[in-house]
Amino acid sequence: MMLLFDLALVASLLALAVHVVVEPDERSGIIAFLAFGLLLGLVWARLAAPDVALTEIAIGGGGTGVLLLRAEAAIRGRGKHEEPMTRTSKLAAAMGCAAISVGLGFAVLSFASPAPTLAPTAVEALPATGLGNPVTAVLLAYRALDTLLEKIVVLLALIGVWSLAPDALWGGAPEVRPSAVPDPLAYLARVLPPFGVVIGVYMFWVGADAPGGTFQAGTVLAAMWLLVMMGGLRPPPETAALPLRLALAGGPVLFLAIAFLGFAFADGFLAYPKALAKPLIVAIEAALTVSVAAALAMLVAGPARKAPS
Amino acid sequence: MMMAALQPGALFGLCGAALVGIGLFAVVASPGLLRRIVGCNILGAGIFLVFGAVARRGAGAGFAADPVPQALVITGIVVAFSASALAVALLKRLAEPAEEAAPAEPRGGS
Amino acid sequence: MSSLADIVTVVLVAAGALLFLAGALGLLRFPDTLSRLHAISKADNLGLGLIVIGLLPQAASIADGLKLLCIWLLAQLSAATASQLLARAVHRGRAGR
Repeated sequence: MMLLFDLALVASLLALAVHVVVEPDERSGIIAFLAFGLLLGLVWARLAAPDVALTEIAIGGGGTGVLLLRAEAAIRGRGKHEEPMTRTSKLAAAMGCAAISVGLGFAVLSFASPAPTLAPTAVEALPATGLGNPVTAVLLAYRALDTLLEKIVVLLALIGVWSLAPDALWGGAPEVRPSAVPDPLAYLARVLPPFGVVIGVYMFWVGADAPGGTFQAGTVLAAMWLLVMMGGLRPPPETAALPLRLALAGGPVLFLAIAFLGFAFADGFLAYPKALAKPLIVAIEAALTVSVAAALAMLVAGPARKAPS
Repeated sequence: MMMAALQPGALFGLCGAALVGIGLFAVVASPGLLRRIVGCNILGAGIFLVFGAVARRGAGAGFAADPVPQALVITGIVVAFSASALAVALLKRLAEPAEEAAPAEPRGGS
Repeated sequence: MSSLADIVTVVLVAAGALLFLAGALGLLRFPDTLSRLHAISKADNLGLGLIVIGLLPQAASIADGLKLLCIWLLAQLSAATASQLLARAVHRGRAGR
């Protein structure tokens, strides 16, 4: 029975992906990608990875979808198109891609058996971190360096986006609000954020012991902020504004500070003192959640559109 | 080989392998640049799914999946989003008409 | 007792799934945007409602049940807003033509 469900899921995923490739209308392709993201979330739930499912639906499907839809609306009719490929080169590309898929498929089928796993090791060290969710423990304790560098990658991407603003507008505010805000959108922007903020904080808080965590919570908070800006209730901040910059840098700075304090009070870089592991991790997570929320919202908002005041 | 396909997660791993091919084809062969970004995301989703199959096989210690690949995928999804955001911003800038891209107004007081 | 709860769940969730099927059929078969919107919003509101009510007997605690209800209400809110926005876009398009 479950196999039937899985097969239907896989078939719809592949059909949507093919639709994205062959559909001549770009917007229809992007909407198919949105549905693709939601179904992918279901697949992650079937793979017993609820943390990834939440991240995929929030960021991979939702966040990327908003980004692409806004881009499609902004460049409609003006987008750069290259010469379409000739039939033979298209066929050659298809053959090459199919070969890669087949090779990867064989790799999937010939994985080592029994499967190597780090799950017992991850669980063994769990009490030392004071956490209950092993995925959070990997993200913020065992492989904290990855998470730190990832946050810095997000900030670098944001710097890249901001630097696309014309010189005269550097430090100004991005433009998020549509030219006319429809009433239902303004209503939603008034009603939803209180709930959304509670849900975001809840996801951050339970992340220590249950599925959830900084990235999922940060995405929900970013979505609420974007909704308020799109509804025209609050203007987007100027990209040079100090509070915004502090919120963006706060997470990584606190993370780095605690990482270096590890030299003095624990075994080294990014090591936590045993007694303080849980409070330190929660503090880092809180600061990171704010940073992630600000960075994701600003990434969607795009470069400055108005001259700084 | 048939037995291997019935292992938990292997079906989704195979689906991931197929998605890699479809996404890669979109990146290589589609003339529109926006669709190439979408293709990149599908490619990434496929690779993440292969990771998911690895994680599912690594069930142990009371957990249905290995947490380490899961955490890597979460990191990957966020990085993929950042890369897409940068690519979309570049694309929008490319599509802007030249005069709009460089307004002549002087910079206002700080 | 638990078997009664299970029967309630199966019946209500199946009814909800049937409504979703009907909504999807309407989305595919109806001729214009407004009637398609009509079909899918019925499925959204009533179908999801039935599924949530059907899942309530399975909730392990009152907090879990409340979470399920919250999901329903939030989905209602966003679905209502989205249909309003879509309908307005259709209306504007007609007026402009």
